[in-house]
Amino acid sequence: MTDETLAPVTMLSTPIRLEYDFTAGLAQSRNLRGYAEGKFIGQRCPVCNKVYVPSRGSCPVDAVPTDEEVVLPNTGTVTTYCVVNVPFAGQSIEIPYICAQILLDGSDIAFMGLLQEIPTDEVRMGLRVEAVWVDPEDLGPTLASVKYFRPTGEPDADYETFKEYL
Amino acid sequence: MSAPKQKQGTVPVAVASFAQTPSLRRIDQANEVELLMPVIGEVFEGTGLTKDDVGFICSGSTDYLIGGPFSFVMALDAVGVWPPKRESHVEMDAAWALYEAWVLMQEGVVDVALIYGFGKSSLGDLDRILAMQLDPYVMGPLWPDQVSLAALQAQTMIDRGQATEADFAAVAARARRAALSNPNAQVSGDSSVEELLAEDYVSTPLRRHALPPLSDGAAAILLVAGERAYDVVERPAWITGIDHRVETHALGARDLGASPSTAKAAEMAGVTDGVVDVAEIHAPFAHQEILLARELGLGAETVVNPSGGPLAGNPLMAGGLIRFGEAARRIWDGTATRAVAHATSGPVLQQNLVGVLEGES
Amino acid sequence: MSERTAVIGIGQTHHKAKREDVSVAGLVREAAQAALDDAGLTYADIDAVVIGKAPDMFEGIMMPELYLAGALGAVGKPMFRVHTAGSVGGSTAIVAAHLVASGIHKRVLTVAFEKQSDSDAMWALSVPQPFSAPLLAGAGGYFAPIIRAYMHKSGAPNDVGMKVAVKDRLHALRNPYAHLHLPDISLKMVEESIMLWDPLHYLESCPSSDGAAAMVLAAEDVAVAQERATGRPAAWVHGMAMRSEPTMFAGRNQINPQAGRDCAKDVYAQAGISDPRSELDCAEVYVPFSWYEPMWLENLGFCDEGDGWKLTDSGATALDGGDIPWNCSGGVLSSNPIGASGMLRFLEAALQVRHMAGEHQVPDASKALGHAYGGGSQFFAMWVVGSDRPES
Repeated sequence: MTDETLAPVTMLSTPIRLEYDFTAGLAQSRNLRGYAEGKFIGQRCPVCNKVYVPSRGSCPVDAVPTDEEVVLPNTGTVTTYCVVNVPFAGQSIEIPYICAQILLDGSDIAFMGLLQEIPTDEVRMGLRVEAVWVDPEDLGPTLASVKYFRPTGEPDADYETFKEYL
Repeated sequence: MSAPKQKQGTVPVAVASFAQTPSLRRIDQANEVELLMPVIGEVFEGTGLTKDDVGFICSGSTDYLIGGPFSFVMALDAVGVWPPKRESHVEMDAAWALYEAWVLMQEGVVDVALIYGFGKSSLGDLDRILAMQLDPYVMGPLWPDQVSLAALQAQTMIDRGQATEADFAAVAARARRAALSNPNAQVSGDSSVEELLAEDYVSTPLRRHALPPLSDGAAAILLVAGERAYDVVERPAWITGIDHRVETHALGARDLGASPSTAKAAEMAGVTDGVVDVAEIHAPFAHQEILLARELGLGAETVVNPSGGPLAGNPLMAGGLIRFGEAARRIWDGTATRAVAHATSGPVLQQNLVGVLEGES
Repeated sequence: MSERTAVIGIGQTHHKAKREDVSVAGLVREAAQAALDDAGLTYADIDAVVIGKAPDMFEGIMMPELYLAGALGAVGKPMFRVHTAGSVGGSTAIVAAHLVASGIHKRVLTVAFEKQSDSDAMWALSVPQPFSAPLLAGAGGYFAPIIRAYMHKSGAPNDVGMKVAVKDRLHALRNPYAHLHLPDISLKMVEESIMLWDPLHYLESCPSSDGAAAMVLAAEDVAVAQERATGRPAAWVHGMAMRSEPTMFAGRNQINPQAGRDCAKDVYAQAGISDPRSELDCAEVYVPFSWYEPMWLENLGFCDEGDGWKLTDSGATALDGGDIPWNCSGGVLSSNPIGASGMLRFLEAALQVRHMAGEHQVPDASKALGHAYGGGSQFFAMWVVGSDRPES
């Protein structure tokens, strides 16, 4: 045997492939059906009265089921945002892109959304935006039914109106 | 206060409430939060306690079962950690979360703790997932499945004359019959040893009846310390001893026909200090119940797994906690004064936890 | 009812982008052995092992403590695995300390690690989940919008974050274990680095490191005996606390989380501290992105809300010339093996009060804070350690 065959093993590469079935669950299913209809569906907590969107099935503070459905408008405010410029494995959106926290009118919690149709250096907190859905025939029970959010052109929301939602 | 004498610790802590989902092959309509919420709600029912009384929350779950990092984080939504609470999590069966809470309660700062565990085996290929637990350099790349690994142990027992395939079938038959009276059981029935022995092998010498079912499920327990336990339940199930030990991971270096970690934990917990009326043993495989009962030092008078045990339903990460709950139930309802609860983790019983629960006579 | 608990041994690896020279077992033993040597003990002397780390997808091993049982001398002993996201290094130390404080064990070895080069850290943090937007680009993508909100709310000048980035890397030059040693670090260098998640520059973010940290925690009688045997002083635990809050809820203050404030209040009460800025000599605080220093200065009560950036800007948190040095080790900004980072904060605080921090020692440090946080700024673990034995 040569020295090479006795050399210690210093690296082991183990490709791993695991497949999972994900359970949307009742609350998430409501959201997905809403997307299929071009709607944002939220839920109101019977204890604290806050409207959560996307629906989660329960209030994270009161730990009670949230059954009352609230259909929300397509418009909202950017409470805060960042411009993503980092490449990573599995990335599906071209960089740079704007990742914004969007507070839909009438809801009490912001959620993450993609912002387009605005140069990255013009985004600001308080920007008024609206959802852009895919064409009606392409709507489906998936988040991809929402293409992105874009400015409405309205004057920016006053900081006071959304500072509690940061 | 007349809580029984403790083998470890100085603060008497009792299992005061227990709730679980039924074990089902698949619970498709509910995600983990929706699975847990009713269980958390139920564990408080009839106790006079609310989440505001809880001083510590601890859970057990594992990321690889769900296929995403931080899986336990979303589960917090089911619990309502507001105002902020002392909360922790173990990447282990929730029986170990119970242990963490018990330790903390020994310092007298917390007198009510909420423990929960959950797992859905239906989401992925459990054999592949559990192979990820193995030594990544020499065992993992072989992708051995958990049934075959357990079968090595079963064969060892047969070769040593410790048990026969008929004994395995007898364990399964008894478990299924006991499970008939357990509304949460997934597998139950009246089968004879002959019927079971007629099944094909899955991995010699194990047949289907000797394997645990694949289950989705969740469970929760409330621990209460001191006098307050009497406000919650008439006959508290006091934890008089609790200990856990781990063995070496390398299967080739272990004696698969024995469980020294269980024997040690049982000794430390004081199992044989008195008569054991009931033992809930977390033995996912039929042959393991025989092995563990022996290592725990149980006698013929002990009723083993009156719930049907893991052979009747085995939600991972909650299965060990359920043993504590089922053992406690027998104390609350008066069928037992002294009970043992056991939990296991890792391939082929690598790690074992033993608790002794006692009710006042 | 709590027994006095001390840190008598500390060990850590040389943190690097990739430790290709060791297996996972090799990595943890490097830290564990160093901690045992420091304590004057061997594996055989240990009663229990508590191990902590972040998501297992970072290495591709499920529940690796099972595989590590032999390597950590845990066979025949109790072994425990904690996972509380980014705060795990801290909560692991606390779980271990409670095993001693409760009187259950006398000598506990605690280890935290991450060998994240084995898998892909960014992927592991952002594993695509169906039904959610694939927008999240790592931890930075989550925290950058919150930082922007802080900057707006406090009116801080834009360069405060960059000053933290420079300060911590300068500190790291005095810590041989730190991952990043950037002798040329300057404000200009930070500003010119790529903007990863606006407003965070590349050099304002933590690195991705392989590393392990370990401590030996002991009961009072053991600590006293070992101090005598080794000639090295113990660090005494004066207080420890954990708090969690939900990731998202209506009205949540993500900039100044309640759980962080409550946790600090609890740990200060235990340690008898009413004014952290004057009563603590230094702090090791989990700052993975530069702006978290001013934010945590406020959250931890070192100054009033809104004034954190002023404290940083004034140089108060620098080892040289500051009155309340933060992260003399270089902090998370200089080394970030995710599962170990929290424990590194806890052990660096202990090193300071044992006067064993070498070139990054704060002179005469006698009381220090160790802090860790994780998740969406929702899990907090903190402890206060001191050179002197606590009162009770």
